[in-house]
Amino acid sequence: MKYIDDIKVQKRMNSRVLKNDIVKQLFLAATLFGLVVLAVLLIRVITEGAAWIDWNFLTGKLSTAAERAGIMGAILGTSWLMLIVVPVTLFIGVGTAIYLELYAKKGKFQSFIATNISNLAGVPSIVYGLLGLTIFVRAMDFGNVVMAGGLTLSLLVLPIVIVAAQEAIRAVPQHLSEASYGMGATKWQTVKNIVLPAALPGILTGSILALSRAIGETAPLTVLGIPALLIPFPEGLFDTFTALPMQIYYWTLDSSLVEEYAYLAAATIIVLLVLLFLLNSIAIFIRNKFQQRY
Amino acid sequence: MSPLTKTKKVKVDIKSETSTTKNNEVVYDTKDLNLWYGETHALKDVNLSIHEKEVTAIIGPSGCGKSTYIKTLNRMVELVPSVRTTGVITYKGKNILDKSLKVEDLRTHVGMVFQKPNPFPKSIYENIAYGPKIHGIRNKKVLDEIVEKSLRGASIWDEVKDRLNENAYGLSGGQQQRLCIARCLAIEPNVILMDEPTSALDPKSTLRIEELVQELKKEYSIIIVTHNMQQAARISDKTAFFLNGEVVEYDDTNNIFTNPEDSRTEDYISGRFG
Repeated sequence: MKYIDDIKVQKRMNSRVLKNDIVKQLFLAATLFGLVVLAVLLIRVITEGAAWIDWNFLTGKLSTAAERAGIMGAILGTSWLMLIVVPVTLFIGVGTAIYLELYAKKGKFQSFIATNISNLAGVPSIVYGLLGLTIFVRAMDFGNVVMAGGLTLSLLVLPIVIVAAQEAIRAVPQHLSEASYGMGATKWQTVKNIVLPAALPGILTGSILALSRAIGETAPLTVLGIPALLIPFPEGLFDTFTALPMQIYYWTLDSSLVEEYAYLAAATIIVLLVLLFLLNSIAIFIRNKFQQRY
Repeated sequence: MSPLTKTKKVKVDIKSETSTTKNNEVVYDTKDLNLWYGETHALKDVNLSIHEKEVTAIIGPSGCGKSTYIKTLNRMVELVPSVRTTGVITYKGKNILDKSLKVEDLRTHVGMVFQKPNPFPKSIYENIAYGPKIHGIRNKKVLDEIVEKSLRGASIWDEVKDRLNENAYGLSGGQQQRLCIARCLAIEPNVILMDEPTSALDPKSTLRIEELVQELKKEYSIIIVTHNMQQAARISDKTAFFLNGEVVEYDDTNNIFTNPEDSRTEDYISGRFG
């Protein structure tokens, strides 16, 4: 006897196919929603801010007069921050991931650490601001300088980099490292020659995300007391500075006083986005160069 | 512990050409080997002597411990955490289960070919040069020679000599597996462990690997795990039949397949289970 009744199957066929189509449209709508919001945002920012971007705006000093205001200080400040965040997070983040995935004995301790790192990735950024204020600004007495800001942002995005790197390392097929071990390679030789090159694209993808988050963070910087005032351009790691998101934040705050500040904020957002885009394209370029199939 | 020095003895033994391989030196001697994965007792009192320049086949049903055993011979089994072993395996007289032995040293003398072809996502040349490079050979000319010699040894040179700098993933499955054999030859091992090397390959590629194994046994001792009993019968000199972690029978391949002593061996090779 047959268990599957052809007539019943036929009856349900139409509704099954219909359900399939509906679900597809729903997912499409979800995708479009995000895209539309993003497009609206971009259009609004560009229409408001693009006209304000000129040479003087990019290279000039900050000024209370909207027409003469420049954001060179903020651009430099953000660049200095990245100069700390990128090496610190890559080195510590990837190092931690390698240790956890390849060296640490799998056990309670290892899974305890791994779980906590994932939890840290979800801690609100303002909490990291407080941590940075306590440790770097006060206890280590750096003051509100590039070093303190950079290290705080590094701590903030470190969990993201670690988790991404861990996943990238885990995704490298076991049979590749087995082949390496099988020829008498040490763990380090295997990590260096086989695992890391194969995991690099994934690690970079995670780092791009982390970097994008760090570059746009405002909350922890406000807690650290980073100003957006007329201050000299930062020339080193222990100079006071301002950053692009701080500039945007303060101009938006003050736009109730001076209407033009809103446009300056929009113009700064464009600069921030372009900077982000440049950083991302470098990372994507490196990623594609090392992309391997296996 | 002194490193395992390579002793490439050229034995001029006229008898060994004609009379069977019985007189070959023992390369691996396993005594009372027991192995546990956590609580699972995977190998039970294994005793086996494996001889030089022979093909030793290890057969048995899935989960019988044959892969575990071969991976113990180069201690790859330790990649699985919670593995515990007792007993002794000597390789050329030295106990390889001794914790003071450097596994890297052992694996320089004992190459391994895996079930699934696993070339590195690098060029054909870099795949072969990988082994010599990790052992410190930097001279480009020497590397070139090793690459050619190894690829010739695995009878794949003619197919790839014009595309050495192309990615190894462009090769067919059978070619990839021969590339992996060549990669293994490049470290100049004495023993080659093969863990079901043809199970992912089509019949034609399988045949080429089998022919290659016959070639290779002139210079190397080969231990091959196989699911395929006909393959064991075709290419091996000795066969060990594993069942539930025990060696049921170990003898000349001829005897195992024509006149097995144990009824379980007979049941298995006649296809009654497995």
